[in-house]
Amino acid sequence: MELVSLPTLRRVAVCGGTHGNELSGIYLVREWQKRKKREEGAGPVSVVMVMSNPRAVQQGLRYTETDLNRCFTQASLSAPVSDRTPYEMLRSRELNALLGPKGSPKAVDLLCDLHNSTANMGLCIISYSDCDWICLHICKHLQREMATIPVRYIHFDVPPNEAYSLESVGKHGFAMEIGPQPHGVVRADIYAAMQEGVQLMLDWIRLFNSGAKFEGGSVDVYTMVRNIDYPRDPHTRSITAAIHPELQDRDFCLLHPGDPLFLSFSGETLRYKGTEPLYPFFINEGAYYEKGIALSLARRRKVEIPPIHSERA
Amino acid sequence: MTSRNVSCFPEARKVAIFGGTHGNEMSGVMLVNMWKKNGAEIQRNGMVTKPFITNPRAVEKCTRYIDTDLNRAFTPENLSGPWDEGLPYEVQRAKEINQMFGPKGSPDAYDVIFDLHNTTSNMGSTLILESSTDHFNLQMVHYIKKSIAPASCAVLLNEHPHLKYSTSRSVAKHPIGLEVGPQPQGVLRSNIFESMRDILKHALDFIELFNTGVEFPPCAVDVFKVIERVDYPRDANGNITAMVHPHLQDCDWEPLNPGDPMFQTFDGRAVPYQGSSPVYPTFINEAAYYEKQQAFVITRREMLAATAIRKSI
Repeated sequence: MELVSLPTLRRVAVCGGTHGNELSGIYLVREWQKRKKREEGAGPVSVVMVMSNPRAVQQGLRYTETDLNRCFTQASLSAPVSDRTPYEMLRSRELNALLGPKGSPKAVDLLCDLHNSTANMGLCIISYSDCDWICLHICKHLQREMATIPVRYIHFDVPPNEAYSLESVGKHGFAMEIGPQPHGVVRADIYAAMQEGVQLMLDWIRLFNSGAKFEGGSVDVYTMVRNIDYPRDPHTRSITAAIHPELQDRDFCLLHPGDPLFLSFSGETLRYKGTEPLYPFFINEGAYYEKGIALSLARRRKVEIPPIHSERA
Repeated sequence: MTSRNVSCFPEARKVAIFGGTHGNEMSGVMLVNMWKKNGAEIQRNGMVTKPFITNPRAVEKCTRYIDTDLNRAFTPENLSGPWDEGLPYEVQRAKEINQMFGPKGSPDAYDVIFDLHNTTSNMGSTLILESSTDHFNLQMVHYIKKSIAPASCAVLLNEHPHLKYSTSRSVAKHPIGLEVGPQPQGVLRSNIFESMRDILKHALDFIELFNTGVEFPPCAVDVFKVIERVDYPRDANGNITAMVHPHLQDCDWEPLNPGDPMFQTFDGRAVPYQGSSPVYPTFINEAAYYEKQQAFVITRREMLAATAIRKSI
């Protein structure tokens, strides 16, 4: 593939606390903000650390009225506000003004949004694009440099207008999702992984901005295909089964037709009835019970990425 | 020849299983809801076993509590004070539960109450006792441990004058806490659910056997006795400045020796344990305890002697 030139990444935002109980990003942003007073960020890139949902962080909740990370579609950002507009919807406009506006030339060049999951996902770069070379090269860099945790690239095939999460505000954006960690807990090993991931990302950006050329190659991309909900009681909608012990914690282990999915409370094994083997992820994410998602399924393919350098090179 | 020391207790006719004392600890919520629909599995001859959701509003919102922690609300002041519409929800609830299953300390109180909990700590299955001299309970936990072997079950004793607290189960003559982890809040793990279910099965078998007149010979029970609570290092604003150290994380019930790493600051420095002798930590990194100023609890191992027991004629 031919060498691609891309604009330098002058303004970068790292966001934590988009969900107020996902603690790694919250502590990382807090600590970074404390250190920034003593240490100057190196030259050509300005990094802003943002606590996205301070009210939810203060209360230790995912959100106070509505999930902030579903408020960033173009429709949602431009809908009229009233005195009954939920806090998170108002906050999404503040963030859009601070870091965007989404879709405009004023938006930050790169937005990295920090998350944790109760699922055993390792480190995942989650993006709406499978051809954003910046995001894919950052992923490749983390994969090469991180020894202690698997790094994978997840793609949600949603057009920019309909993209609903915070990272879609930046010109380039991705969520850095690390699990497993219970909500409301900070684990030292998970914190260290996120700290390393963010540091490696910033190192890569500085290298990129200084004119370095990054060789092309390929990245395995997991594209989300569908979600599967728990079996539920038809009247109460209460769940009637748990993720099967043979599936629990096996994120990214290929799921074949006939493999166990759920173990019902009455002892019955419920199996995957699809015809295509797919890769499960977000297996048993605590926040997704209310969204009707027991697990998500993805197709995997190799994406060729071109060599890239910044336009100033 | 001295007569053998046998403690006699009345038949245990009224037994309750509490779930949802914390609304986001899912095993108990699911088990109790399942048994409310079909309680055949928990019924035994000669006794009535009542499954009961103690904090339905918290369960509905999938949160630990609404106004205040129900499992700290059964204080003498709360239970005896006058009724008032303005009382916190959980205090009202404690009074109702005390009426239904107590009154605490009276002859009408339920014989046995099992209170089902989950923890984000790696405690495995743990039975929690509030008294070292309740020989009925000591015999029950001994029976349970023998029955589930080679699977294991720790016994935690909390009769510390300052650290013990007024639990929902304390309205019963024989209260037993059942704590199983690790499980994130708001998540249902199949293996954790089935472990809890199995322990209750053996507990109910014990009570049934006891009620038929079986005499249980004297036995010794290995317990971990709560000595002290250890908080996170915090700054002037009350924010934590260090995390549970990776070497201590997940090592519930394993000895912590003087000099062993205990915490890791956000900039990577280890903080060692500075006690004078080895101790056994547990409740390591429980999400709900950040706000209770507890990173973990320190215990000492003790052997408790239980007398023989049998039902009184």
